[in-house]
Amino acid sequence: MAYSFPEEVLEHVFSFLSSDKDRNAVSLVCKSWYEIERWCRRKIFIGNCYAVNPRIMIRRFPEVRSIELKGKPHFADFNLVPEGWGAYVYPWILAMSKSYPLLEEIKLKRMVITDESLELIAKSFKNFKVLVLSSCDGFTTDGLAAIAANCRNLRELDLGESEVEDLSGHWLSHFPDSCTSLVSLNIACLVSEVSFLALERLVARSPNLRTLRINRAVPLEKLPYLLRRTSQLVEFGTGAYSADVRSDYFSNLTEAFSGCKQLKCLSGFWDVVPAYLPAIYPVCSRLTSLNLSYATCQNPELGKLISQCHNLQRLWVLDYIEDFGLEELAANCKDLQELRVFPSDPFAAEPNVTLTEQGLVAVSDGCPKLQSVLYFCRQMTNAALFTIARNRPNMIRFRLCIIEPRTPDYLTLGPLDAGFGAIVENCKELRRLSLSGLLTDRVFEYIGTHAKKLEMLSIAFAGDSDLGLHHVLSGCESLRKLEIRDCPFGDKALLSNAAKLETMRSLWMSSCSISFEACKMLAQKMPRLNVEVIDERGPPDTRPESCPVEKLYIYRSVAGRRFDTPGYVWVKKQL
Amino acid sequence: MEGYSRKWLMQRGEENNHENSEEKKLELRLGPPIGDWSSSSSEKDETLFPFSYISKSNNGNNQVQKFSSFLQLQPTAQNQSVMVQESLQTGCTKPTDVQQCTEKKKAVPNSAQKRTAPAPVVGWPPVRSFRKNLASSSSVKPAAESSQNVVPSKSANEKPMEICQKGLFVKINMDGIPIGRKVDLKAYDSYDKLSSAVDQLFRGLLAAQNDPSACGNEKKEEGEKAISGLLDGSGEYTLVYEDNEGDRMLVGDVPWHMFVSTVKRLRVLKSSDLSTLTREFQIVAHLICLYCQLFCFKLNLETKIGALICLCFRWNQAAGTG
Repeated sequence: MAYSFPEEVLEHVFSFLSSDKDRNAVSLVCKSWYEIERWCRRKIFIGNCYAVNPRIMIRRFPEVRSIELKGKPHFADFNLVPEGWGAYVYPWILAMSKSYPLLEEIKLKRMVITDESLELIAKSFKNFKVLVLSSCDGFTTDGLAAIAANCRNLRELDLGESEVEDLSGHWLSHFPDSCTSLVSLNIACLVSEVSFLALERLVARSPNLRTLRINRAVPLEKLPYLLRRTSQLVEFGTGAYSADVRSDYFSNLTEAFSGCKQLKCLSGFWDVVPAYLPAIYPVCSRLTSLNLSYATCQNPELGKLISQCHNLQRLWVLDYIEDFGLEELAANCKDLQELRVFPSDPFAAEPNVTLTEQGLVAVSDGCPKLQSVLYFCRQMTNAALFTIARNRPNMIRFRLCIIEPRTPDYLTLGPLDAGFGAIVENCKELRRLSLSGLLTDRVFEYIGTHAKKLEMLSIAFAGDSDLGLHHVLSGCESLRKLEIRDCPFGDKALLSNAAKLETMRSLWMSSCSISFEACKMLAQKMPRLNVEVIDERGPPDTRPESCPVEKLYIYRSVAGRRFDTPGYVWVKKQL
Repeated sequence: MEGYSRKWLMQRGEENNHENSEEKKLELRLGPPIGDWSSSSSEKDETLFPFSYISKSNNGNNQVQKFSSFLQLQPTAQNQSVMVQESLQTGCTKPTDVQQCTEKKKAVPNSAQKRTAPAPVVGWPPVRSFRKNLASSSSVKPAAESSQNVVPSKSANEKPMEICQKGLFVKINMDGIPIGRKVDLKAYDSYDKLSSAVDQLFRGLLAAQNDPSACGNEKKEEGEKAISGLLDGSGEYTLVYEDNEGDRMLVGDVPWHMFVSTVKRLRVLKSSDLSTLTREFQIVAHLICLYCQLFCFKLNLETKIGALICLCFRWNQAAGTG
């Protein structure tokens, strides 16, 4: 049957499809839809920068305006990926500078971006608007100065949790006086002092500014000056929240916060002096997001603050909140959707706070909308996990980190298999799961059987044989990212599920029992997979075959082998 | 599912009972000399009891408190036997289980027997590096002290931020150690202090790297030996740095303040990897440096030294040894 719709109509229809998944589905319908769709795709997301290359991307999508690219494996966050591994964005920027003159947005995560790349962005894209760098590194404040000076229409500059080499705080003064377009500015990760005068002037001439997150070097005394000029802010991140306790500072600050009628999100609070926390009480009832994960502040001040935030949807906090504070939270914040509790002293041998499974149980009981959890604690029980699973079948992300590896259920001294089993069985929508504690292969059987929608799974110090990995790879049908460390999973499970790996974005395995021989076999068997062994001890084939490889990173790619591998990455040479 | 784990535990317990019933009876009598603790009647209670105090030190259970105080008073060897015996009781038969139980014991929050932190496992717990030093780098205690004051207090006058604001953090890596660290150069004022800080940073990691079995807390001290001779090349390792022009230099050759103003990155190299040629040129550079210090001071000293040393090391690098 011939289509009667002209291309323009279909193009217009497709423009209403915002999700990548839908666009991908559309492009698979027929050749003409594929053609029409590719010419009107403006936004692109690439979850692994080595899964494709710039040439292929540009060939297929000639009119892109916005690109989101991700680089290093997630475990790079925890120092497991050695320096110099790759994920350089320069080749992408270079190719796009020639083909996408109208590019407006670049969002990068865990990539290396040099000053050269930033300068190229600044001078190549005339209508550049959004630069988001999450957990990136390789650049300095000089590169930022180039962006500030040249991107006249910049709306968003978000440095996320990047590691920026701070050469000077003067880069901020490179924003020209004509720059009034900023909507979002996040420089919280910078270490050195920025020029406060430049900052103050910049925010004062940005009437659309909604998000401002400043760094630790901006002292509390200066907050009122900023806030008075930015009363339209929706999201604000403070700098160091400490000063001499003076009543004039306090009243200035309170007044400044009260003036921000739109404020919904607060973060920052480094080095918090609790006496100043009441300054934000006037805005507490409006807050939907509160990040206190840098605020080394204890109860009762902490609990008192949180209990005033009745509309909170997201809370990040240190474990100083303790079970008691979480019970308060459960009683007061009925809209809570996301809770993250970070350890204040992750390397302490003994608990420094009373934060147990009970706090999490209380929140799961009291907050019906809770669907995302990251929880660091030191003890857990199967019973608690049963209760949480029963209470919150709507859970989407559940990441539990029991700090000491292989900690059993402290009541039964048995493994926590059944508890995590209950989570995957009850939470049908679960998309992300991190396991910890004492776990046998049985937990993986539960996961493989029940976790049908699971997309990302993190495993550490768990399982007892190949069977564990086999259950996961043969079971979880939606799995896209799997990261495993220190588990006795070996060649057999990997090789017998080789085809599964092509359906996934990536698999990371470190300190497991995979041999180099198996890696070579896998690479041979699955030519569309890049099998990279990371071994800093030298060539893996000089060791006995039985000696497992240090780290293994496997991902599918339509671009073939990458060519920027450092010396410690070993790939099977192509024949 | 609950049934599963219980059953598993019970089975193991039964096996264990069968095998060790005689021993167990004997050993029970060697338990803590508190009458009422062994009198708990149900088997389940007995199973749960010894570990219940781990979870909550403040749950007000008398037995628990007595028991833990008993533990504190015992010499280590006896302690160990008590723990082993408990673990037998609770169904851990395998040596690994016993070890786990022992581990668990040590996690008891009591100040009398603080154990040292276990040798770090890279990347565990999964906390981003910028979160790791939150507690130590900030003012938990001063904050707690000054919590309710709305009058100026002395503790608030000390600015904990001072160091942080003016801090000069550079990355440091060591040969053979996969994790890099950062050091704050502003925290030291001499090469000697830096050198001992480097020793502190890497000593434990190095020991753990060389002998993974030494990670256990008891052996920890033995396995560790000081990293010395970092500055004069007399030790196994030598401290070098990369300056702002990307040249690799020996730490200790230029005046401290100049080093601080040019250093971009530190590295602890195996001294054996620095070739003899490199070493000769280092000596030359050192001499030039001294010479300059003697004769060129006041005449833009830093520039001259810097230029000379760079020249020397550029040449050095060109020769393929740098």
